[in-house]
Amino acid sequence: MARIEAEVGTPKGGLLRWIDDRFPLSETMRYHITEYYASKNFNFWYVFGVLAMVVLVIQVVSGIFLTMNYKPSAAEAFASVEYIMRDVEMGWLIRYMHSTGASFFFIVVYLHMFRAMLYGSYKKPRELIWIIGMLIFFVLMAEGFAGYLLPWGQMSYWGAQVIISLFGAIPVIGDALVEYIRGDYSISDITLNRFFALHIIVLPLALIGLVFVHIVALHEVGSNNPDGVEIKEHKGPNGIPLDGVAFHPYHTSKDLVAIIIFLMFFSAVIFFAPEMGGYFLEHANFEPANMLATPEHIAPVWYFTPFYAVLRAVPDKLWGAILMGGAVLLPMFLPWLDRSRVNSIRYRGWLYKVALTLFTVSFVALGWLGMQPADRVFVLAARIFSVIYFAFFLLMPYYTSIDKTKPVPERVVYRA
Amino acid sequence: MTENDVDHKRRHFLTVATVVTGVVGIGFASIPFLSSLKPSARAQALGAPVEVPIGSLQPGELIRVLWRGRLVFVLRRTEEMLASLSDNTGDLKDPNSEEKDQQPIYATNEYRSVKPEFLVVEGSCTHLGCAPLEDFEIRPAENWNGGFFCPCHGSKFDLAGRVYNGVPAPTNLRIPPHRFVRDDLILIGQDTGAA
Repeated sequence: MARIEAEVGTPKGGLLRWIDDRFPLSETMRYHITEYYASKNFNFWYVFGVLAMVVLVIQVVSGIFLTMNYKPSAAEAFASVEYIMRDVEMGWLIRYMHSTGASFFFIVVYLHMFRAMLYGSYKKPRELIWIIGMLIFFVLMAEGFAGYLLPWGQMSYWGAQVIISLFGAIPVIGDALVEYIRGDYSISDITLNRFFALHIIVLPLALIGLVFVHIVALHEVGSNNPDGVEIKEHKGPNGIPLDGVAFHPYHTSKDLVAIIIFLMFFSAVIFFAPEMGGYFLEHANFEPANMLATPEHIAPVWYFTPFYAVLRAVPDKLWGAILMGGAVLLPMFLPWLDRSRVNSIRYRGWLYKVALTLFTVSFVALGWLGMQPADRVFVLAARIFSVIYFAFFLLMPYYTSIDKTKPVPERVVYRA
Repeated sequence: MTENDVDHKRRHFLTVATVVTGVVGIGFASIPFLSSLKPSARAQALGAPVEVPIGSLQPGELIRVLWRGRLVFVLRRTEEMLASLSDNTGDLKDPNSEEKDQQPIYATNEYRSVKPEFLVVEGSCTHLGCAPLEDFEIRPAENWNGGFFCPCHGSKFDLAGRVYNGVPAPTNLRIPPHRFVRDDLILIGQDTGAA
């Protein structure tokens, strides 16, 4: 291996030199931060990856401090959350950071995924980044679900009851599997205890590992950009992409602005609307779990409702579960469903633009419908939007291959 | 040793053998971890049968009991309630209780009970496990002879826990194993042996 100083030509000594001889510190910093070149034409859609990392840190830190007062037992869980809210100094703030952070995690992740759909970031050679990202999304859903049981409120209990019952729809092994997941004949202290273990160690560990791999894969192939062209194809004499600027200090300073604006929104919710009118923390969850009575109206938290609406739209238990699973899994296949020659929506034809608009409307509409009672009109609407949702993915190979695309520029378009 | 001396066949065999042994070892080593997730001895003990005294239960009255943390309804049906059961059959998905897993053999009859009067049924909707509410008011205009209604997704069941057509619940409400220890005492969770 060549000596670092020989490459750079700047002599250095002391501690950094000592470390670099034993661990690739400077090399890693350069590879991932100071000499990682990303396109100069990033727009605001490109801040949500960094924001997701910020929320991850918020969740880990606030979560650690919550565990210091929370008690994972059916007898004490609800009271210990109330204790954190009332008696622990600043405990309410830490708890609201964590509960609000959960919703904000999904907001930024959904926007991050939408960015990929706008600019074709999942297309070759970034398929693996997309797949790892989808795995992160699945783990995040599991994390949100396990975490929601922990306060042991009415919605915790009955929401978990409904979701775990879904596994009972699997023929033959369903009932045994449900019992195995709960570790008991019903959702009990035992279930709560193991969900706690999943929520605080198993899933976060998986999440952090996947985020690491996501970034390593990204830095291997390089970031996409709003024009969807490869900046590596036009390099200057120094080997640096002509349209690229170093991640640090250029992208980091832009990201810092985004982080500050994000934290303003985040703080506004924590301080002025931590329950967000029942969307971030449902009202029924301020009552302790009662296994004798289901709340009048059960709905999952908002970030699950699009998929829940698909489940309810199907009048059959097994098919409902299959289609709900399909709705969650299908985006994973986007890199192969999309046959378009161009990456970015800027150079796609009207067919994809219409399809993406319909898809977005359906996703939001399903999210709203999933919160409503299962009335006839709502179920009918959910069926229509579910069909559009699935059609977006299943018909994609067809409409993206016949769509009229515009010529793609050689280099990124940069409006200063 | 030069490259020519390498016995690739033997090396391949040893690699495969090592991997297979390792995988089998991991398989066995995972048994204690996976077993620990099954219902524990305490959970099983807490899931023991429960006795329900029914001596003071009046006709038309319903009580809720917990067996294995699950809600069980015990309903003493009136003569009119029993008579109404045969009127519903046209609208039901499984009027004759042909779905075998949903009730023990001794409750596979038109009343879905051991004694026609006493209905013992799990209060857990077969759709997604919400607790149905009782609604015994007869409303001929709505074609409703009384029964159970699930508030979550709108499933409806009659006074024998039989599911109506056109609702998301796939099967009749489950009848737990139970037996009469005495005329005024039901044991839920066990149907054989001495009390």
